[in-house]
Amino acid sequence: MSENLPSAMDHGLQSCHGCGLLSRPAPGAEEGRCPRCDEELVFRKPQSLERTMAYLIAAAVCYVPANLLPVLTTNTSGGSESDTIMQGVVLLWSPTGWPLSFIVLFASIMIPSAKIVALLYLVFTVKRGSIQNNAQRVRLYRMVEIVGRWSMVDVFVDTFTVSLIQLQPLMSVEPGPGLLFFAAVVVLTMMAVESFDPRLIWDSAAAKETKREVQHA
Amino acid sequence: MPDTEKFSNVPEAKAVPKKRTRLSLVWVIPIVAAVAGVWIAVTKILEKGPEITIVFTTGDGLEANKTKIVYDGLTIGTLTSIKLAPDHTHVIAKAEMSPKTENFLVKDIKFWVVKPRVSGLNVTGLGTLISGYYIGVQLGQSKESERSFTALESPPVGGDVPGRFFQLQTKTLGSLGEGAPIFFRQIQAGQVVSYELDKDGKNLNVKIFVQSPYDQFITPDTRFWNASGVDLSLTAAGLHVQTESVMSILAGGIAFETPVTDSPQPPAPADTTFTLFNDRTTAFRPPPRDPHTYLLVFKQSVRGLSVGAPVEIGGIQIGEVTDIQAQFDAKTADFSVPVTISVDMAQHGVKLLNFPKSEDRAADYKRIMDTLVARGLRAELKTGNLISGSLLVTINFYPDEPPATMDWSQVPVQLPTKSGQLEAVEDSVAGLIKNLNKTVTNLDETVSGVRGTLTNADKLLTSSDKLMGNANNLIAPDSALNAELNNMLQQGGDAAQALRVLLDYLERHPEALIRGKTGEAKP
Repeated sequence: MSENLPSAMDHGLQSCHGCGLLSRPAPGAEEGRCPRCDEELVFRKPQSLERTMAYLIAAAVCYVPANLLPVLTTNTSGGSESDTIMQGVVLLWSPTGWPLSFIVLFASIMIPSAKIVALLYLVFTVKRGSIQNNAQRVRLYRMVEIVGRWSMVDVFVDTFTVSLIQLQPLMSVEPGPGLLFFAAVVVLTMMAVESFDPRLIWDSAAAKETKREVQHA
Repeated sequence: MPDTEKFSNVPEAKAVPKKRTRLSLVWVIPIVAAVAGVWIAVTKILEKGPEITIVFTTGDGLEANKTKIVYDGLTIGTLTSIKLAPDHTHVIAKAEMSPKTENFLVKDIKFWVVKPRVSGLNVTGLGTLISGYYIGVQLGQSKESERSFTALESPPVGGDVPGRFFQLQTKTLGSLGEGAPIFFRQIQAGQVVSYELDKDGKNLNVKIFVQSPYDQFITPDTRFWNASGVDLSLTAAGLHVQTESVMSILAGGIAFETPVTDSPQPPAPADTTFTLFNDRTTAFRPPPRDPHTYLLVFKQSVRGLSVGAPVEIGGIQIGEVTDIQAQFDAKTADFSVPVTISVDMAQHGVKLLNFPKSEDRAADYKRIMDTLVARGLRAELKTGNLISGSLLVTINFYPDEPPATMDWSQVPVQLPTKSGQLEAVEDSVAGLIKNLNKTVTNLDETVSGVRGTLTNADKLLTSSDKLMGNANNLIAPDSALNAELNNMLQQGGDAAQALRVLLDYLERHPEALIRGKTGEAKP
């Protein structure tokens, strides 16, 4: 990928988020609407980095109770037992059940944390105006975007379990407070991904290039 | 706007680009998340109860984060970690208690592992087979706060049930065990907590728990006895069967009873030591008051005499046999059986009339005994029960016996014996058997005579049978005799008819006798 290809913004054009139509911004007004699909047109997502940061911080805050609080409480005749996500991983870990254990470990613990770290990295590099590894950073962003929603699997499994296993008085399963936080982490990271504008990655590269050209000139 | 021109000299406001200091609304989200997180953290910390340490001898069935501490069915804590002690002899478990349990955690709170147990006939903790073991709690009375405890090996008996502990002393445990029931009027009133040998190993101390309200009926006078199984005794007095309940037959048990007295005594304080008797009879025997030990030397067989056999005088028990031994005198080459008896008149309710009330009671006693022996007091063995053959010692007067004296220097003093009655009985029985034998022999002879007669009779009958058979043959319808007889009779008939014809002719022709038959005369 070439480092400094001209962007639409450089030419004073806006590209529609919805349909991709390139249009000239409406005269006078800062924001216009797409003549084809009536989507709001912006050069770049407004306050992209700030929003992403806010969502990320919220996600990071929620990530702590999500892992410390029990996500499931199993009530059996012998008493109730609360398990956190990590305890679930340990519980599933057996010579035959380790793939399942791995899935939970990946989807529920590693992916959310990796997402947060990856986005933080992207936000910081963009903020610093880094121009290195642009291609990798874009790829990282894509991966985060694709993989993020799979973390929700855990939440769905839990809710299904809760609704299915209600064998009163033998056994019942109740959601724990950790589940709420976990869902919040997943949703917040997804929103963070959504609010991050990947175009900023190469904007700074272009800006640097321009600066350099100006200096050279 | 006409005034614009007019105020053209008024300076224009400076246009400053708007600073974007306003925080974006999006920051509300992390703030909310942080607040929620902090709130959760704070409540968690506030909810966090005290942490305690419990020492177990074994970690069997205990699991960190699983094993609960349960009081009255409510979980008040959970084991958080289980570690082996540095010296590997026990297990140290840490537990996190529920909040507000601080006031429970006093010095004498008791913890133990609840698991399936079988003690006696009581099976407890079956639920733990499914739920896993948990830790039981018995609250303490102490006010002193404590955070590290040592778990009990077994659940404390009594628990929160009101009642009291007592000690019982016994020589043998019988079939008692931990958890064996204690009966009061055949109601279960408590159970055996534990037992241990005392220091010199002679007695067993059995710790029992009697629950309220039965513990009030235990006074210093109360008797405890071993009600284990069926108490079956065949004594000189007959067969005794005694049992407390089916449960005690299977699992053993202790029964107690307080003798009814005119002035009821106050309940005995806790941990009072009682004696555990072997059976009810022994338990209710009055305590010895004035025991005297004597030695009886028998030259006859003492088969059937047992320790505990009664010593009677005139059919009233006054003591019992305490020891039976055997001795051999090399000088006289004689076997004899020294039997020790203990006589306690006062204990058995024998009234002593006109007993001298002098200071030296022992001397008085000796004097009285000497007199009695001089009058012919002798001890002898008697059969108490013909079926079991058990013997008892009776004391009787035989003025005709050769005189004897008592040697008070011996301990115990020897009381003269009379080997009589029993041997006499044996002799007469032997004589009887001899006679019986003779009779039986006679009877045998008679029987053989009768048998000869019978044989003859048999023969007779056989021959008469033959005779009858022959006779039968003779008179049979197809026999030769019969045929001939018929023939003869027919011929007789014919002869008779011929005679009649003749007579008839003669009547009409009497002349024929002389002239003979003529031709015209026809019958």
